Amino acid sequence: MNDATLIRKNLFRKRLRAILLVVSILIAFLIYGVLAAMQNAFSMGTVGAAQERLVTVNRINFTVALPYAYWDRVRQVDGVDIVAPASWFGGYFQEPQNFVQSFAVDPESYIAAYPELVFEADERANFLEGRTCAAVGRALANQYEWTVGERIPLMSNIWQRQDGTQAWELDICAIFDDADGTYPTNYLMLHYEYFNEGLSFGRDSFHWMTVVTEDASRNDQVSQAIDALFANSPAETSTTTEAAFNEAFMEQFGNIGLILTWVIGAAFATILMIVGTTMVMAVNERTREIAVLKTLGFTAPRIFRMVLGEALLLSFIGGLIGLGLAAGAATLASGAMAGVLPPFGLSLTNTLTAVAFMLALGLLTGVLPAWKAMQVRIADALGKI
Amino acid sequence: MTATSPLYTLKSLSKRYTRGKETVTIFDALDMTIPAGDFIAIMGPSGSGKTTLLNLLGGIDRPSSGEVHFEGARIDTLSQGRLARWRAAHAGFIFQFYNLMPTLTAAQNVELPLLLTRLSGSARKQRVKTALEIVGMGDRARHRPGQLSGGQQQRVAIARAIVADPKVLLADEPTGDLDRTTADEILQTLQLLNAEMGKTIIMVTHDPAAASFAERELHLNKGRFEERGKA
Repeated sequence: MNDATLIRKNLFRKRLRAILLVVSILIAFLIYGVLAAMQNAFSMGTVGAAQERLVTVNRINFTVALPYAYWDRVRQVDGVDIVAPASWFGGYFQEPQNFVQSFAVDPESYIAAYPELVFEADERANFLEGRTCAAVGRALANQYEWTVGERIPLMSNIWQRQDGTQAWELDICAIFDDADGTYPTNYLMLHYEYFNEGLSFGRDSFHWMTVVTEDASRNDQVSQAIDALFANSPAETSTTTEAAFNEAFMEQFGNIGLILTWVIGAAFATILMIVGTTMVMAVNERTREIAVLKTLGFTAPRIFRMVLGEALLLSFIGGLIGLGLAAGAATLASGAMAGVLPPFGLSLTNTLTAVAFMLALGLLTGVLPAWKAMQVRIADALGKI
Repeated sequence: MTATSPLYTLKSLSKRYTRGKETVTIFDALDMTIPAGDFIAIMGPSGSGKTTLLNLLGGIDRPSSGEVHFEGARIDTLSQGRLARWRAAHAGFIFQFYNLMPTLTAAQNVELPLLLTRLSGSARKQRVKTALEIVGMGDRARHRPGQLSGGQQQRVAIARAIVADPKVLLADEPTGDLDRTTADEILQTLQLLNAEMGKTIIMVTHDPAAASFAERELHLNKGRFEERGKA
């Protein structure tokens, strides 16, 4: 037996109370872990954004199309290196709930604009050449177990073909990876030409252009020049950096960072009060036992450490279980949302932050009862020895 | 130190409490010597200061004035930390209501004072085993206090008091919660510890039958001691 045995036995002397406290802490860390993992997913686009890439969309918003002619005009702007137009396709595979994030792109300019996408040489060539070809990101291909050479019908709720159907037959010609793990591979690209020619409405337009500048230092100048080019036209543009565009896009789902802060703040404030109050009560119940320990010769600092140790043990048990469950939940959610969000999970930073929270929670909830325990006067607590 | 050399020397010891605007004197200018190896029963009416005196001897309270010497060294001026260490090394405490830790087994309760020593785990286990056997509780080592009778719990408490081999045992109404037969068994155990192991025992009791087990009886009344012959 040692002090750790005493700490453990004291913590679990009232098992139900200890379990309820562990569960309440567990829930707080579960919420933290899941939200933090989701925030990671939402910030992946920002992390993977290249400095010299700009995105031009309709000034109203990116769902309103831009005329096809803009592509060529933007290419003429001084400082522009590559312009890659793209249209949102959306789409689903077999069932509407099997959402597939997909874009109609000009393959050559798009691949040039995104050098971080890694292709097998022959697959890349096939994709560029085949009109009905699609290039599928590794994560998406894994989700639906697609392989190169397969023909898939991609359904669209938005885009109708000229023959009245909504099924777009695509040949999977390439599966691409991400060079450094920062760019999502949970989407599909099809040829803009195939898409545009097949449309029954809304032809000769696209939703955004990725503009690669010759140098990131010219971003401001280029974006101003592009927007000035279409000022006072029926389709004015708004050009921002790719990072800003991605961030704005994700904010459609809500400010995850703010939600995270508020939810975690509320959860931890509540836990702090619940655990803190319970710890004080638990120590008050044990005043006599603490006095006995002091009588036996346990010093006040040692008593302080033991009570603080209980609060820390409680915090770490609940916190680590909660974090473990959050990691599992994030893995499951990541799989279920693979078509919408890039693969996500808890990062090392999230884990270290959670450990810091556990430490803080343990210290904050333990200091007051530990101090009270340290101050117990033997003669008062025992009445008589 | 011989059997008759003083273990405790109290010099002009006073204890006063303040209750509101009133100051209550428990005892005043008390002088007393307790030789090593003694077995004293301190008796007296309620409020006479028996327990307060025991608290002062055990270093868990401080006098208002005067001095408490143990083996020639003054203990009433020690810091809280030093007093705690002094208690761990020199004094064993036996309570009326046993005060065992309900979550620990008998053996773990007895081991508590040894956590304050540098003994190895195996040495601690051996000492615990011996202490429990001395009080006749060797076969109850794994029982929790809730599984033991009052008399058995007090035996475990005595084992806890002697396990670190202190020089003095301070007992406050050790049989106050027990029936006569069990109380006599406990008092015989204390007699044995005094006679065979040389422990100095200072016992507060209001029970003349319990006091009769001691070598001498001191009656505390109105702040003064009066030694009486054994009944």
